[in-house]
Amino acid sequence: MAVGSIATRGRTARQTWKQSKFGSWVTTTDHKKLGILYVSTGFIFFLAGGIEASLIRWQLSTPNAGHLSPEAYDQIFTMHGLTMIFLFVMPTMAGFGNYLVPLMIGARDMAFPRLNALGYWLLFFGGIFMYASFIFGSAPNAGWFSYAPLTEASPGCFTQGVAAMSAQAQAQFATQNLQLSCFSPGQNPDFWIIGLNLLGISSLVGALNFIVTILRLRAPGMTINRMPLFVWMTMITSFLLVFALPSLTVASFLLLFDRHLGTHFYQAGAGGDPLLWQHLFWSFGHPEVYILILPAFGMISEILPVFSGKPIFGYTFVAWSGVAIGFLSFTVWAHHMFAVGLPTVAQAFFASTTTLIAIPTAVKIFNWVATLYGGKLRFHTPMLFATGFIAMFLIGGLNGAALAVVPFDYQVTDTYFVVAHIHYVLFGGSVMAIFGGIFYWFPKMFGRQLNETLGKIQFWLFLIGLNLTFFPMHILGILGMPRRQYTYPPNLGWDGLNLAASIGVLILIAGVLIFLWNLVRTFMKSGVGMADDPWDAFTLEWATASPPPPENFKTIPTVRSRRPLWDMKHPDKADWLTEGH
Amino acid sequence: MRFRSKVRRIAGLALLGLVASAVLSACDKSPSILQPAGPIAQNEAYMAYMVFGVAAVVFVLVTAALIYCIIRFRDRPGAAEARQLQGNQRLEIIWTVVPTLLLFGILFFTIRTMFLVATPPSPANITVNVIGHQWWWEFDYQQNGKTQFVTADELHAPVNAIVHLNLISDNVIHSFWIPQLTGKTDVIPGHNNTMWFQATSFDPNNPDNNVYRGACAEFCGTQHAHMDFIVVIQTQSDYNSWVTQQMQPAATPAAGSQAAAGLKVFQTAGCEGCHAINGVTPPVKGLIGPNLTHFGSRQLIAGGVLSNTADNLFQWVYQAQTVKPGVDMPDFNGSAGSAGNLSQDQVNALVAYLESLQ
Repeated sequence: MAVGSIATRGRTARQTWKQSKFGSWVTTTDHKKLGILYVSTGFIFFLAGGIEASLIRWQLSTPNAGHLSPEAYDQIFTMHGLTMIFLFVMPTMAGFGNYLVPLMIGARDMAFPRLNALGYWLLFFGGIFMYASFIFGSAPNAGWFSYAPLTEASPGCFTQGVAAMSAQAQAQFATQNLQLSCFSPGQNPDFWIIGLNLLGISSLVGALNFIVTILRLRAPGMTINRMPLFVWMTMITSFLLVFALPSLTVASFLLLFDRHLGTHFYQAGAGGDPLLWQHLFWSFGHPEVYILILPAFGMISEILPVFSGKPIFGYTFVAWSGVAIGFLSFTVWAHHMFAVGLPTVAQAFFASTTTLIAIPTAVKIFNWVATLYGGKLRFHTPMLFATGFIAMFLIGGLNGAALAVVPFDYQVTDTYFVVAHIHYVLFGGSVMAIFGGIFYWFPKMFGRQLNETLGKIQFWLFLIGLNLTFFPMHILGILGMPRRQYTYPPNLGWDGLNLAASIGVLILIAGVLIFLWNLVRTFMKSGVGMADDPWDAFTLEWATASPPPPENFKTIPTVRSRRPLWDMKHPDKADWLTEGH
Repeated sequence: MRFRSKVRRIAGLALLGLVASAVLSACDKSPSILQPAGPIAQNEAYMAYMVFGVAAVVFVLVTAALIYCIIRFRDRPGAAEARQLQGNQRLEIIWTVVPTLLLFGILFFTIRTMFLVATPPSPANITVNVIGHQWWWEFDYQQNGKTQFVTADELHAPVNAIVHLNLISDNVIHSFWIPQLTGKTDVIPGHNNTMWFQATSFDPNNPDNNVYRGACAEFCGTQHAHMDFIVVIQTQSDYNSWVTQQMQPAATPAAGSQAAAGLKVFQTAGCEGCHAINGVTPPVKGLIGPNLTHFGSRQLIAGGVLSNTADNLFQWVYQAQTVKPGVDMPDFNGSAGSAGNLSQDQVNALVAYLESLQ
C-alpha cells in the first residue's frame, strides 16, 4: 500500500517535470522541438566560431602582430574550422531537416523519434566535449584536417616530461622523438578524434532517420517526384553522410591506435604511410563539402519559387543534378592532394572528375536564375538572402572550378586563394542560405515574424562584409601568401589586403549583432496574430497552423502535385491539371 | 531602389579601393605568381590568366541575367501575374552542353600544361636534396649522388640551369614553394617526391631582382609561419665561386680576437649538440640545427625570419624562444627553460665568430 503510493507519487512527479517548460525540451522526441534545439545549438556555435574568426582576423590585421601566441592561434583557427563545419552548418541543416521534412512530406514525426533525440544529445555533448578542450589548454591545433604525422605520437611520447630536462637531454629526446613520431604529445588530437566521432554518430543516426522517414512516411500521393526539393537535398545529403562518415571513423581510429596502442599506420619510419591519412580523410572530406552545401541548395530551391510566385524552373534537373553531385562527390577527393606528388595521369583523372562535378552545379545556378524569369518577385528578407546566395555561390563555384585547373592549383593550393574559395561557398553559400531559411521559416517555428527592416539591413551588411573580407583573399593567394600562418612579414604587398579583410569582419559582426537584436525584439513582443501562411507559400509545411500542433496535421493531406498548397489556393489553375504525368 | 543603388555605389568604391591597394602594393616586392621568372611559373601564370578570363566572362553574364531578372520582374503596382512555367527541356540541354564544352576545353589545356611542367626539357644541371625540418630548410648539394656541401634557408642556382630537387622529410609534411619559379610539391616522410625549376629571367644590374622568396605551404606545426627561404639566381661564374667558397672548411679566427673567444663559447656552451661547423666539429649528419660552416655568408637566419645582422643574431642566440616561440633552439639567457646562462659579452663574442664564417 505504502510502496504503491510512493510509486504513484514518483510517477506524477516525473510527469510534471516532463510537462514543465524545461523538462519538456530535455525529454522531447518531437521532431519540431528537436529541430529548434538543433538550430539554436548550431546558432550558439556560430557565435563561438565567429568569435574565433574575429580573433584570427584581429591577429592578421597587421603584419607581425602579437595579439595571439602561435599556439593559441593554431588552436583557434582549428576550432574555427571544426566549429563552423561540424557544430554550426551541419547541426543547423540537420535542424531544418528535422523540423521541415516531416511537415513537408505530410508525416506526423520522424520515423525514429528516440533515435532523433539521441542524435541531438550526442551533438550537444559532443560540442561541449570539443569546447572543454580549451579548459585543458588542449584544443585541437593541427587544422580541421589534422594531417598525420603532425598529429602523431606513440605511447612512449607521453611518459617523459620534456620541460624538466637539460638542454642536452632535450636534444637527445628530440632525436629519439623523431623515431617515435612525437609530434603531438598533447591531448589536442585526442579531443579531435573523440569529439568528431561523437558528432559522427550523431550525424549518422540522423541521416539514417532521414532516409527511412523520407522513403517510408510520405503522405498519400507524395511520390518521390513530387517531394519538395529541400526534402530531395536532405535525402541526398543523408546518403552522403552514411557513405562518407565511415572513412573518417576509420582514419581517426587508426590515428588513435597509433597514438595509444603503438601501431604505425601513418608513421613512415615504421612502414606506415602519411598519405593514407589524406586519402581516407578526403574520401570523407570532399563529400562533406557537399553535405554542407546541398541542404542550402534545397532551401534556395524552396525560397526562390515562393517569392517569384511560380514553380522552380526545371524541377527534375535541379533534383537529379543533386543526385549527380552526390555520386560524383565520391570521385574527386584527390583534388585536395594535387601537390602531394601523385602520378600525372592520376592527377589528370581527378581534374576530369572535378570538371564533371562543376556541370550539375552550373545547371542548378541556371535553373535558379530561370526561376526568377517571368516571375513576380517579392523582395522580402528571405528572397534577398536567396538572390544574394546565387551571386555569391556563383563566385564560389567559379573560383572552385579554377582550382580544378591543376597547374594553377599547384600555385594557389594551401594559399589564401583557397580560403577565399571555401568562404564564398560556405559563407556566401551555406550561411546566406541558412539566414534566408531562418527568416523564411521563423514564422512557421514560432508563430511570429522577424523584423523585415532589420533583416534587410543585416542582408546588406552581410553581402558587403563578406565580399570585403573574402575577396581580398583571392589576391593574397595570388601574391603568394600561404594559409594557416599565425603572422606574416611586412613589405610583401599583403598588409593592405589583410587589413581590408579584417575590416570586413567588423561589418559582418555588425550584421550578426543586428540579427541578435532582431531576435530579442521579436521574442519580447507579445503574441501577434500572424497568418498561418504569411509568405503565400506552396508546400505542405504551410498547410497547417504556425506553429504546428504536436501531431502536425489534423488529417494527413492527400497530394496531387509538387505544390499542394498552390493547388488548394488556386483550384482553377492547379498544377495537377497541367502537370504532364 | 535609392538605397540599393547607394549600396551598389559603396560596394563599387570598396572594389576600387581593393584594386588600388593591390596596385599600390605592387611597389612592395610580392612573391606573386603572376610575375614568373621561369618556364614552369610562366605556364602556370598562363593558366591563371585563362581561368580568370573565363570566370570573369561567366560571372558577368550570369550576374547580368540575375540583375536583369531582379529589375525587370520585380513586383510593382500593375506588374503582370507570374507565368506558371515548369521548365524547358531544350534550354536545360543547352545549358548543360555549353558549360560542358567550355569546361572540357579548359581541361584540355589543363592536362596539356600538367604534362608540360611535369618533366624538364633537358637533364638536370644541378641536383639538390631539399630537407624539410621543423621549421627550416636544409639544402644538400649533390654531386654523383654524394653530398658536396650543405647550407640552410638559401638556395643558389645559376641562371638558365635546370635544377632538380629531391624532397625529403624525416618529420612532418612540408610543402616546397617558390611562387615566381614553380608551384608547390609536398615534402612527405617516406615519399621521395621530386621537382624541378629553371630561372630564365635575370637582371645583371640589380642582384636583388634575382632573389626569389619561397615558403613552406603545408601546415607543419607551431612555427609554420616562419619557414621561409630565398632562392638566389646567379651567373654561372658567380655561382661557381659561391660553390667553391661553400666547400671550404670554416675560417679559423685570429688568435686573441673576439671571434676566437666566440669559438670557445661555441665549443663550451653546448652549441655542438645541435650544430655542425666543418673543420671544428666532427663531420656528422642529421643534426637538429643548421650547419653553420658558412653562416656569415647567408642573408637570412632563424628559418628565414630575420635578416642576418649582428643585432638579430644576438637576439636569436640570447632569446630564441621570444623570437620564434616553440622552436628547438633554446634560450641562452639563464631564464627558466633556457639551455645556458651566457653573459652578453659571451653572446657578442659568439656573434662575432659566427658572422666571421664567410
